[in-house]
Amino acid sequence: MKRSNAPIFWALFGAGGMLSALIGAVLVFITGIAAPSGTFLPREMLSYSNVLAFSQHWAGKGFLFIIIALFLWHSVHRIFHTLHDIGIHAGTGAKLICYGSALTGTLAAAYALLRIG
Amino acid sequence: MNTGNKVITIEVLRYRPEQDTAPVAQEYIVPFTDDMSVLQGLQYIKDELDGTLSFRWSCRMAICGSCGMMIDSVPKLACQTFLRDFYPNTVRVEALAHFPIERDLVIVMDDFMEKLDSIKPYIIPEKPRALSEGEYLQTPAERDLYEQFSSCINCLLCYAACPQYGLNSNFIGPGAMALLHRYNLDNRDSGKEQRMPLVHAEEGVFNCTAVGYCSEVCPKKVDPANAVNINKTESASDYFLRFVTPKGACK
Repeated sequence: MKRSNAPIFWALFGAGGMLSALIGAVLVFITGIAAPSGTFLPREMLSYSNVLAFSQHWAGKGFLFIIIALFLWHSVHRIFHTLHDIGIHAGTGAKLICYGSALTGTLAAAYALLRIG
Repeated sequence: MNTGNKVITIEVLRYRPEQDTAPVAQEYIVPFTDDMSVLQGLQYIKDELDGTLSFRWSCRMAICGSCGMMIDSVPKLACQTFLRDFYPNTVRVEALAHFPIERDLVIVMDDFMEKLDSIKPYIIPEKPRALSEGEYLQTPAERDLYEQFSSCINCLLCYAACPQYGLNSNFIGPGAMALLHRYNLDNRDSGKEQRMPLVHAEEGVFNCTAVGYCSEVCPKKVDPANAVNINKTESASDYFLRFVTPKGACK
């Protein structure tokens, strides 16, 4: 019997799922509706300078990195298993595309956050 | 009790390997009363209409787990399902999903028997115990830990319900995991270390995608989905902590 390496992906999936369940919807509300429309929050909350300052602070960087990375790992795991459920069997190709895109997104987020100073 | 002259159509998926190349549906018109189960309907067919029909049954009261079948595409025990709930529609009866058909409603359950054997479904004491030492003592609280999982009657409804087992029968599956968990939780047992490698394996718990239909169809109110999910957490923590804890269950 070969030990499964699923716990790595399952843990990332679980962490991302927990996080998105807790704050995913409210993030969409704040960044997608409340602030841009200026109805519930001031429009300038998401102005370029504010968001830049947020992502230049170490805590802001950490927050953005965790949100982007874990949401990505969560969603690709979900997609990967859904593919399996609808009969597209989990070959190495599907695995590479799914988890590869999460890895690429994670690295890209890290790179961008570090570059922004 | 209603003793009128009601009849119901029972459509049975037949498969007689000596004459059928593929399973084929056959309809029977069965007189029934409101207290008749689907199993009694099948028994009526066998006794009165067509003696060639094959199906497994024994206790007639949801204890033995023999009469599991797909009834209108839902895994159910035929003895616990009543014809009156389908009347006036036709009730369709097929062999349990996800298993090869041996004959008519009888499935080949070798795969499950091997899996059941592999989880060591018996108490493995820490050290041999002589009869003279008497029985093991267990408090009600200790028994409550595993009691619901011990209600499994191996009827295989949960395997017929599990989409993951249907896609990949290497998966150890809900029923075997519930029983594995039952023995691991028993304070008289010390066999957990021998069982956990199966939980951690590629055939193990991570094949489950938390659909939960297994627990829904269980006729004995066992919650195999819970057993699987508790073991996912346990397996994941063992995966990451096995290098720091003195003795992990799987190297």
